[in-house]
Amino acid sequence: MSPADSTAAIEAVYRVEFPRVVAALAGFTGDLALAEEVTQDALVDALRQWPRDGTPRNPGAWLTTVAKRKAIDVFRRDRLSVSKYAEIGRELEITSPFDANDPALHVDSDDEIDDDRLRLIFVACHPVLAMTARVALTLRLVGGLTVAEIARAYVVPEATIAQRIVRAKKSIADAAVPFEVPSGEDRLSRLGAVLEVIYLIFNEGYSATAGEDWVRPDLCAEALRLGRALSALMPREPEVCGLVALMELHASRLRARTGPTGAPILLLEQDRRLWDRLHIARGEAALARADDLAVHRGPYTLQAAIAACHARAFHPEETDWKQIATLYTELARLTPSPVVELNRAVAVSRASGPAEALALVDLLVATGTLERYHWLYSVRGDLLEQLGRAEEAAVEFERAAALAGNHQERALLTERARASRGIAPATRDAE
Amino acid sequence: MRYLGYTLANEADTPTDPPSPELFEKMGRFVEEATKAGVIVATGGIAPTSEGAQIRLEAGQYTVVDGPFAEAKELVGGWAIMECRDLAEAVEWSKRFLGVLGEGEVRVRPVV
Repeated sequence: MSPADSTAAIEAVYRVEFPRVVAALAGFTGDLALAEEVTQDALVDALRQWPRDGTPRNPGAWLTTVAKRKAIDVFRRDRLSVSKYAEIGRELEITSPFDANDPALHVDSDDEIDDDRLRLIFVACHPVLAMTARVALTLRLVGGLTVAEIARAYVVPEATIAQRIVRAKKSIADAAVPFEVPSGEDRLSRLGAVLEVIYLIFNEGYSATAGEDWVRPDLCAEALRLGRALSALMPREPEVCGLVALMELHASRLRARTGPTGAPILLLEQDRRLWDRLHIARGEAALARADDLAVHRGPYTLQAAIAACHARAFHPEETDWKQIATLYTELARLTPSPVVELNRAVAVSRASGPAEALALVDLLVATGTLERYHWLYSVRGDLLEQLGRAEEAAVEFERAAALAGNHQERALLTERARASRGIAPATRDAE
Repeated sequence: MRYLGYTLANEADTPTDPPSPELFEKMGRFVEEATKAGVIVATGGIAPTSEGAQIRLEAGQYTVVDGPFAEAKELVGGWAIMECRDLAEAVEWSKRFLGVLGEGEVRVRPVV
């Protein structure tokens, strides 16, 4: 092959291969920290050797083999503490002593690597870890993002993410989490944990809870990449398809969701011609697949079906709100939550008018469960405004603005409060 | 970032026979790998220009010319839309695609 590959090209190969190599090494060693370390060491070798000898024909196999050799070196070095590795080095026990012809060094088949990738996803999303740890570990080991990239995406110092990942790997080791895809009763709840992590990553990109930018499309792209990879690895799981459908359909609106200054544009005010038709088509296809696979729609599939109702309406007034309200009712039955109830109220307001919806929202207010949730007040303000109760609406928008964590959301809500009070927009000229 | 990758070739040099079962299989494996990596979001082949048409609008006048119409080295043979983090990654996937094909030319451009 061409010996002229630059460092940048080699690093691109490495980034492409990293998730598969680290998964193979995690399967080989049963030790996430060691797997990551030797995979990184293999890159150092690649950067030294490939510019001289050319990039190998199968760079993934090269990196995996080199990383495995390094893992074996570590095992050998730590032989005195072999009890610690007795279980970890299970594949190595087939042949001892360690030698270069060790069948453990064989090139893994694609199926084996796929199995390891799937196991790694389940381990990284293990419930023994806090949610922030699951997210960081998944982005690092499954997504192949660097610590710096994750830190930038979450607007936290690199050291925080680095520490989170180190601790997460330690917790996995301490809890002796087996490197496997759970079966039996555990399976569904563990799959739920995996989907939750991916969706959380997507949502942080879709409407950031902190920082200046309201959307971080790169994070959405990472979550979609993870979701697509998972659905290729588990093609028969309806809720995996459902989540992918939901993310594709929501991602279709990314370009339309912010104005030139980064200010959020709400769904009904978006220029739908900017919606990405490729995402919509992929979302519809994934939704259809989810429906084919399941007798009853799960929560992600239901949410995807709701998103599809919006995607099918070229103009907001074409939206099938009755259908959306029905879907929210189903969703509320499946996963009762005040947020779902709030969304149902919004759909009801469109289908049957603001008065009926306000009654639902007031029930929610009475429970007090959402009293710190800014959208509750934003929705209530919106309904009051539709009912001509502008003064009350302004109070609600102000309350919502005070609770919004994101800078751009706060600005939008403050603007709505001003509008309700009949104050001209601060930054826009009269048209 | 989304990238459009497409092959370029001389139509005269392009074999009209269907791909060998072996190439078909190799390409299938490649597409599977790229899909599992979450990279390929859409892909397709493009039939020879003889099956297509060229449409122009000049000075308010439409001209429609049936194929073939390819000039040298401008036949687009196949295409894929890839989700990659940057151009270097898109280049790497294009190299792999060409590696399966044996030889050829791919151009990659960001979709904006």
